[in-house]
Amino acid sequence: MAVKLLLANDHVEGIRYYDTYRKHGGYTTAEKAFKMSPADIVEEVKKSGLRGRGGAGFPTGMKWSFLAKPEGVPRHLVCNADESEPGTFKDRYLMEFHPHLFIEGLLISSYALGSNATYIYIRGEYAWIPDILEQAIAEAKNHGWLGKNILGSGFDCEIYVHRGAGAYICGEETALIESLEGKRGNPRLKPPFPAIQGVWMRPTVVNNVETLAAVVPIIAMGGDEYAKIGVGRSTGTKLLSVCGNVNKPGVYEIDMTCSVEEFIYSDEYCGGIPKGRKLKACIPGGSSVPIVPANLLLKTAKGETRYMNYESLSDGGFATGTMMGSGGFIVLDDAQCVVRHTMTLARFYTHESCGQCSPCREGTGWMYKILKNIEYGKGKMSDIDLLWDIQRRIEGNTICPLGDAAAWPVAAAIRHFRDEFEWHVLNPDESQKRNYGLAHYADPIHVPAGA
Amino acid sequence: MSEQPQNFKVTIDNISIEVPPGTTILNAARMIGGDVTPPAMCYYSKLKNSGGKCRTCLVEVSKGSEKDPRPMPKLVASCRTTVMDGMEVKNITSEKVVDARKGVVEFLLLNHPLDCPVCDQAGECDLQNLSYEHGTEATRYEFKRRTFEKEDIGPYISLHMNRCIMCFRCVFTADQLTERREHGILDRGDHAQISTLLGTALENDFIGNVIDVCPVGALTDKTFRFKNRVWFTKPVDAHRDCPTCSGKARLWMRGEEVFRVTARKDQWGEVEEWICNDCRFHKKEASDWVVEGPSNIPRSSVISQGHYAGNVGTAETPVLIDKVIGKQPKITLDIHSISDVNRPEIELSRIEGPAHSDDFKKK
Repeated sequence: MAVKLLLANDHVEGIRYYDTYRKHGGYTTAEKAFKMSPADIVEEVKKSGLRGRGGAGFPTGMKWSFLAKPEGVPRHLVCNADESEPGTFKDRYLMEFHPHLFIEGLLISSYALGSNATYIYIRGEYAWIPDILEQAIAEAKNHGWLGKNILGSGFDCEIYVHRGAGAYICGEETALIESLEGKRGNPRLKPPFPAIQGVWMRPTVVNNVETLAAVVPIIAMGGDEYAKIGVGRSTGTKLLSVCGNVNKPGVYEIDMTCSVEEFIYSDEYCGGIPKGRKLKACIPGGSSVPIVPANLLLKTAKGETRYMNYESLSDGGFATGTMMGSGGFIVLDDAQCVVRHTMTLARFYTHESCGQCSPCREGTGWMYKILKNIEYGKGKMSDIDLLWDIQRRIEGNTICPLGDAAAWPVAAAIRHFRDEFEWHVLNPDESQKRNYGLAHYADPIHVPAGA
Repeated sequence: MSEQPQNFKVTIDNISIEVPPGTTILNAARMIGGDVTPPAMCYYSKLKNSGGKCRTCLVEVSKGSEKDPRPMPKLVASCRTTVMDGMEVKNITSEKVVDARKGVVEFLLLNHPLDCPVCDQAGECDLQNLSYEHGTEATRYEFKRRTFEKEDIGPYISLHMNRCIMCFRCVFTADQLTERREHGILDRGDHAQISTLLGTALENDFIGNVIDVCPVGALTDKTFRFKNRVWFTKPVDAHRDCPTCSGKARLWMRGEEVFRVTARKDQWGEVEEWICNDCRFHKKEASDWVVEGPSNIPRSSVISQGHYAGNVGTAETPVLIDKVIGKQPKITLDIHSISDVNRPEIELSRIEGPAHSDDFKKK
């Protein structure tokens, strides 16, 4: 049985209300934290090896220690709840069903970082969640966990919920900061980094919902104890939101020691592929990370078993590996068309590009139009090479990672499923009749071009 | 304590220069000048926070600094990256940069209407210069180009959104020069557009400067529109006593007629001193101005083509193109090699006066 930290009390009825949460040991960690010094909390988080759960996997303790602390300038903690990555919905689950765990994590982190005004930037599409959070904040405030002089420590903290207007780009931390300031959500150029100049030019830390919630078990059990869970540099537990062709889609908490095969096929997690179909491909970390075919998903290029953790998933680089990302686990069975799937993603990134820098603004739309042509039987053989060339010129040449996020799925799809693209070009009529390409990717004999 | 801050030594394309700390790579390259200067479409040294958007000025940093010699993993925007001591930068010597820049030019031209023949900016257009210098011969884009509905933004400035490359310069100009910005970016992605809320006219005293900062023909002068080509007019520096601005301007004249008034631009195409709307749009008489002398425009060679100094074109003073323009003209296309219409044995420059159909008769 895997360790459960964030979803340990998931079965408790009414855990989203203060009384029930308190009865089950809620806010005892906050009591413990307020007896510690802020520097000790940062030290514990550092020791725990917690990595940012938003996608990039940057060590949280290190991020916190970068925060500039000039005299007389307020600092801020901003929670990135703009969870817009297609396939990712773990933060929604946490905020909807465990709001007090989240707020306790925010409170401890605010205390550790010295943030008197903490913001939750939540995406506009989560229309009902701000009400849940605001109710939870009000309950916490009534019981003295927020406001002035919390627990007699002399520390003041207020948490504000800020609704976004529904832009994917506002999940990028500098665009989020711009949007929070009331401006157009365009990413800023770095440097200066938010840890030096963030919201209103004040030092700011931006963290994901799950990262901040994970601070609670870290402080409760101690950083060293937390670091024992998991493997290597992938410590602790991770929430994964599974969707696509599996028997049991949903949010799962894993401790990063199970293999990908176990995760997909065991009854404890996804429960296998429905209707006896075969696994074709998978995107293990939200739509931006490279798609991998089944044979490379279950085993690395070296033939080792692939595990669900940061290192193992990215084994082999982008040629044969992928990324942990934000944990949006999308499974495709052999009835799915990779071309159509890639087109859908390209449409999403075209729609969500902010239009600030030229490669992303023009390139994403171009890729979408070409993919649309291929999907609808009007493609040419040269289009595939053209797509490769476009993604190559977008990747790494933009201000923010949206350009990379738009380029990677296209690159990976061409790298691993080139013959499916070619099949679409060569059989335009047939590709219109049956909406899937070739199905032999589930077989272990296939060797991708990039390997 | 009173020590002067040490200058940083930076090497760009194997040319070293010492610059004060805080200088950007682009400005350091401009101090060297010549071919090592990356092109800049959105950066404007006079506007705070500008730059970083067009990605034409990408360079490769092959050595971060003396202390930390690791190269930077990605190409960086030279207009917003400050130099470190001992930094080594590759611009035209890096294949990665040349390739990326080609890509950026292609992206910029993807939805550009290429209506240079009817565009007032033609001849002094940064995008034209950029695509001649760094672009490819043809685009690989096969789809319909994006278009926008035309919007009227007042009696003096004409907005052609189709030509816009989203450099944000005009937005920064309005932010930093005027009291209240009336235009901005609406929408996002490839449908982002410069527009005003509810169709307001741009009426601030200094808003005419957005015409000068615009690198393309998206914002042009309505009082000059379709009146003349820039290379047919002769630029002269002139000044007047203006109560609102410095009054130092550049007149674009033909004979005694003033066709257009703009601010003076330096060798990087950047305005030296902002001028007011009154000078720009209303003082169109030669008697309003005190003419100082002909302006030297090293940047847009096509303007200097029809230059007036020294009776260009007569037999006594032959045209020394390299002296007028400052550099050798590049032949982008030798028409003789691909066309049967033009016969190589007929050398047009040998014919006295304009070519006539008699010159092409087969013997």
